[in-house]
This record gives sequence, C-alpha cells and structure tokens, in this order.
Amino acid sequence: MSSEALERREAVRTDRRARYERMVEIRAVEDKIRGLFAEGLVHGTTHTCQGQEAVAVGVASALRPTDVVCCTYRGHGHALALGLTPLQVCGEIMGRVVGSIGGVGGSMHLCDMSVGLMPTFAIVGAGVPVAAGAALTAQVRGTDDVAVSLFGDGAANIGAFHEGINLAAIWKLPAVFICENNQYGEYSPIAATTPIENIAERAGAYGIPGEVVDGQDVDAVCAAVEAAAARARAGEGPSLLEMKTYRYAGHSRSDTAPYRPEGELEEWYERDPIDTFGARLVAEELLAVEEIVEIEASAKALAAEVAEQCMAAPAPGVGSMFENVLV
Amino acid sequence: MARMRMNQAIAAAIADEMRENPDVVVFGEDVAVAEGPFKTSAGLLAEFGPLRVRDTPIAEMGFMGAAVGAAATGLRPVTEIMFVEFLGVALDQLVTEAAKFSYLSGGAVNVPMVMRASVGAGLGFGCQHSQVMESWIVGAPGLKIAVVSGPHNAYGLTRAAIRDDNPVAVLEPRVLYAGRGDVTTGPEGIIPLGRAAQPAGGDDVTLVCCGSTVRTALEAASGAEGWSADVIDLQTLQPWDAEAVLDSVRRTGRLATVEECPYSGGWGADIVSTVATEAFGDLSAPPIRLTAPDVHVPFGKELEQRYLPNAGYVAAQVGELLATGESPPHWWERDGALA
Ligand SMILES: Cc1ncc(C[n+]2csc(CCOP(=O)(O)OP(=O)(O)O)c2C)c(N)n1
Ligand SMILES: [Mg+2]
Repeated sequence: MSSEALERREAVRTDRRARYERMVEIRAVEDKIRGLFAEGLVHGTTHTCQGQEAVAVGVASALRPTDVVCCTYRGHGHALALGLTPLQVCGEIMGRVVGSIGGVGGSMHLCDMSVGLMPTFAIVGAGVPVAAGAALTAQVRGTDDVAVSLFGDGAANIGAFHEGINLAAIWKLPAVFICENNQYGEYSPIAATTPIENIAERAGAYGIPGEVVDGQDVDAVCAAVEAAAARARAGEGPSLLEMKTYRYAGHSRSDTAPYRPEGELEEWYERDPIDTFGARLVAEELLAVEEIVEIEASAKALAAEVAEQCMAAPAPGVGSMFENVLV
Repeated sequence: MARMRMNQAIAAAIADEMRENPDVVVFGEDVAVAEGPFKTSAGLLAEFGPLRVRDTPIAEMGFMGAAVGAAATGLRPVTEIMFVEFLGVALDQLVTEAAKFSYLSGGAVNVPMVMRASVGAGLGFGCQHSQVMESWIVGAPGLKIAVVSGPHNAYGLTRAAIRDDNPVAVLEPRVLYAGRGDVTTGPEGIIPLGRAAQPAGGDDVTLVCCGSTVRTALEAASGAEGWSADVIDLQTLQPWDAEAVLDSVRRTGRLATVEECPYSGGWGADIVSTVATEAFGDLSAPPIRLTAPDVHVPFGKELEQRYLPNAGYVAAQVGELLATGESPPHWWERDGALA
C-alpha cells in the first residue's frame, strides 16, 4: 500500500498534469462518499473538502514524503493528495479493513506515515502544537524535513493555535502553519468570530512571516508552500500562510448550509479550482480539452469501483478494538 | 405536563430559568443563531436577544473562563461544550478555577455556572467524539455533576443546575436528544441535585445506572426471567445518592452498576466501594460492574454496539450472578470473545 502511496505522491510532486488529475479524483471520490452517506450506506458523519482541492494538492506537491503533515477531520483531500489511495480513504470512511487504519477510525481519522500523514485531528487546533513538536524532531535530529499544520479559519481562535505558533517562533522550528480559510467555522461566518479579515496578519504577533494566498489556485498554493518550506529548511523558522478558499458543501453531512447568503456559492463556483487549473493547462497545451472529459469519467469510474471494493471488504472484527490501545 | 424531545426539554428548562432570572446568560459555539448543533437552545436568541444569548469563537478555554468570571461577579452563565471531549482544552477553568473559588475566597465568591456537554457513543462519530469522560471531573471537589437520562429529568436537572450556587456540569447523552417523553414543566418539574430516581422496582438485585445506561438497565430488568430489579437512576453523579443505593441493596442483597465508560476509573467503582464498606453484611453476592472495556470507542456500527453494555449483556451477567453467586467474567474475558 505505502509504495503505491509514495508513487502517487511522486506524481503530484513532479507533474502539474497529475495535480489536475488528483484534484479531479478528490472531487469524484467525495462525490461518491456523499452519495454513499445519502443512501445510508455509511455510519456516522463526514466533512468534505469540495471547493478546497487546490489547497490539498498544492500543499502535497510542495512537500517531501518525509515531511510531516498534521491535518484535520476535513482531511480526505489532503490524504488523497499526499498519496493515500482512494481505497485507503474510502475504506476508512466506510469502516472496512482496507481503510488506512483498518476501518476503526472513520471519516475523521486517516493516517499513513509512509507519506507523512499523521493521524488526522478531530479536535480543533490540536494539530498546531503537534506540528511544532514534529518540527522539533527535525531540528534536534538535524534533518531538513519540515512539519506542516493545516487547520481552518475557526481554529485560529483557539489557544492551541497561539501557543503552538509562538513556541515554533521562539524556537525557530521548521514548521509551516497553513490556515485554510473556507469562510466558515461550522455554521458561523468568519466575521462573527474573528475581528480581523486576514488571519495571516496574526503572524506579526509572533514575529514570523504571514502571507495571504489564493487557495483556489493550485500553482499559487504550491509556490507559497515551497517558499515557506525552503525558509524553514534553511533554519529561518516558521511561517503562517492563509489560503483563501471555500467549502461547497455544509460543515458536515447533516448541514445544508442555510446560513449562506444567496449567490455566494455560485460566486465561488465561478472560481472553481479544478476548472481554473484545467483551463490554464489547456492554454499551456499541457492538456487537451477532450481529455478533461476523459479524466473526469475515469475518476468517477475509479471512485465507483473503489466503493464497490469497500462494500465487499470485511469490517474489522471485535478483536480490533483491543489492538493498538497500549503498545 | 408536556410531551417533548430531550433537546426541546433542555431548551425549555433554560428558557424558563431565563424568564425568571435576568442574570441567566447562555453562550457556546453556534448556540445562538444556529440554536445549537443539537438544537438544545432553540428559541433562546429570538426570545432573549443577543445580549444574553451569544455565539462564541471556537475557544472553549476562553468562554469557560468567561463563564467563571461572569458567575463570580453575579451572572448565571450556562455554557455549552458541544462534545465533552472539547472540555479537555477548558478543564482548568472548570476544575481548577471555578470549583475552587468558593474555597479560595473564604466563602466570599460563588461560581453559579453550568457547563452542559453532550456525551457518549452510539452515533458513529469515532473515538474523539464518542466518550463520556465523567472520569475527568468525578472527584473534583467543589463541582456537582448531573447526568440526564431523558426529557423529564433533562428539564428538571437543568433547571436545578442553573439555580445551584455551585458550578455544575450537566452531561447529556447525545443518543437521547431526539427521544420523546412526558415532561413536568414549571417549578414542580425541578429535580433536586443529589437525589436518585427509581424508575423500576424489584427484589433480587439493585441496578445502578445513569445517563444512557438507564434505558439499558430498564430494558434488561423488564425482560428478566426469574428475577426482578430495583433500577436506580443516579441522576447526579456528584454528590451521588448513597442513601437510595444503600437502602435498595440492603433489601436486594445484590448490586450491579451499568456504566457506559471503560471499566478502569469508572464511576461505578465509587458505588461498589461504598456499598462494600457500608453494607457488606447485607450482600449475598459480590457487587459487579457492567461497563465498556478499557479501549477506545470503535467507529463501525456493529463494533460500537458491541463496545457498549447492552440490555442482553446486563441480563445475562445478572442472571449468571444470581445463578452462581459469583462474579461473572466480563464479555471480553470469555473464551473466543475477541475472535
Ligand atoms: C476543541 C474543539 N471545539 C469544537 C469542535 C467542533 N467543531 C468541529 S469542526 C468545527 C469548525 C471548525 O472550523 P474551521 O476551523 O474553520 O475548519 P473547517 O471545518 O471550516 O475546515 C467545530 C466548531 C472541535 N472539534 N474541537
Ligand atoms: Mg472554516
């Protein structure tokens, strides 16, 4: 499994066309997941990242597999971008043994250390100081790896965010803190909970660079993360990047997003990260228009096939709950 | 008397207290405009306005601390922790600040605040959103803990918690929010903290439960063949009603606690130890505890149900206790159980 994940990771690291294909894959896999939940075939809840695919793929493209990534419950896109296979991701969401942790975690709990994905965090903000700690390992051991923490706009108001970034700043840790500002924390628009427009400004309070990035542009995301990671690898300390983005669906499965002003979603659709990047690749003659349909069709077929495989795969047995509790 | 869902009963209790006392304020994540992720504050913003009903940022330590400060200076804040796990980042404010203010002020400062939290497994939310975690707060002096088991006592205990001059944690099993029941509303519906309820009576065993395990125990008792049980819903875990439990055990001679939490450190250990100490001579069998195993709450539907003590398990363990007079092994200790 992990060698396949590494290959998939290498693809997005080296090939912009592969980045496009991965974004399409993420969209298709999450469409399938939403469908399975709607049909009542999956237990529990799920948080999709549709609309935010450029952040996931841009970040994964800029990092090495030895870098460590701490991301949240909204993690399907990041996991697929980092290299986890659709089978690992869907299997976990559906609670099957083929899932990335054997089906005992569910939608909010993915992990594959072969490509640097730490256990994803379902507690808001928890990953920020943990990434500082992973960066400490790199600093103490003298590797030039970096640690990345991905979190939402809502997370920028919790203590862990401030404590984790301040610690990384004073210790000059090789970390990159990435806020995915998708405009809402659960049902609250950012303006209701955060008195400033740009979370990146908070970097100044910790004496580190802060930058606002267009999170709908995979090239821009990749370039910004590469630059911040290079700075971290050179021993110059952490940065805070704010990716302006948008989540198309509600916060979680049960949320229909009634709080959204009329027309807002449609405005963001205009800047869809997949369409924009596809058009750019076509203009650069790296992609033919006809191929777009083919790529979408094969992603859809893959997602359907993987869902079938998962349905056919066994659920973990009773003994699994007793495994890995203490090591 | 009114028929309502448990989440509606909670909102009704808060609203009734807010009508009577202008010092009652409500805050938490998405509790105002969205009326709560579990709709436990429906109607509050509309009736009482944004001065008294507020949404907070995702900042549990911040708003819990604000509750402590507001309570210490005259208000009666009711805060909501959406999932009890999020109390982890705010625990200092509740256990080490709020619970100690009276003591550390020589009795000059009370902290009449309420921390409501949804708890428990059963909805497939995975292991970081499915715990009960009463063990985080049981044993913290200066704090009261109520655990609701349905619409009726959700209304009564919530009102009592808001009226209490101590900090009170109210734990709400989230699998029960949608369940309907008859609720005695108004002042007669207030249920004093510290007093257990006895929803069923019998002769052979005392089943002590709270929260989600009340229905488990009742189901086990109602389907029992050849034995009958006193079912005691503690309602308040701290201080718990030792008198009600001891009176019952002195009559039945047997005790089983039914707990949603893992075995180690579970609240039932306190009950068993008190009963063993105070009523040793009245026991005709060893007291037993029916709990979850010492593992994380698994995600899958079947596994999650296997994890929780269910009525069939309670009935079987009690049946074995009665038949043998000895403590039966836990399910996970039996041959082949983990295959
Ligand atoms: C400490 C904590 N408080 C509250 C929650 C409940 N919760 C889960 S996601 C979420 C919103 C987070 O918003 P944001 O950080 O913007 O991330 P997004 O969901 O938009 O990706 C909330 C309040 C939680 N998981 N952890
Ligand atoms: Mg957000």
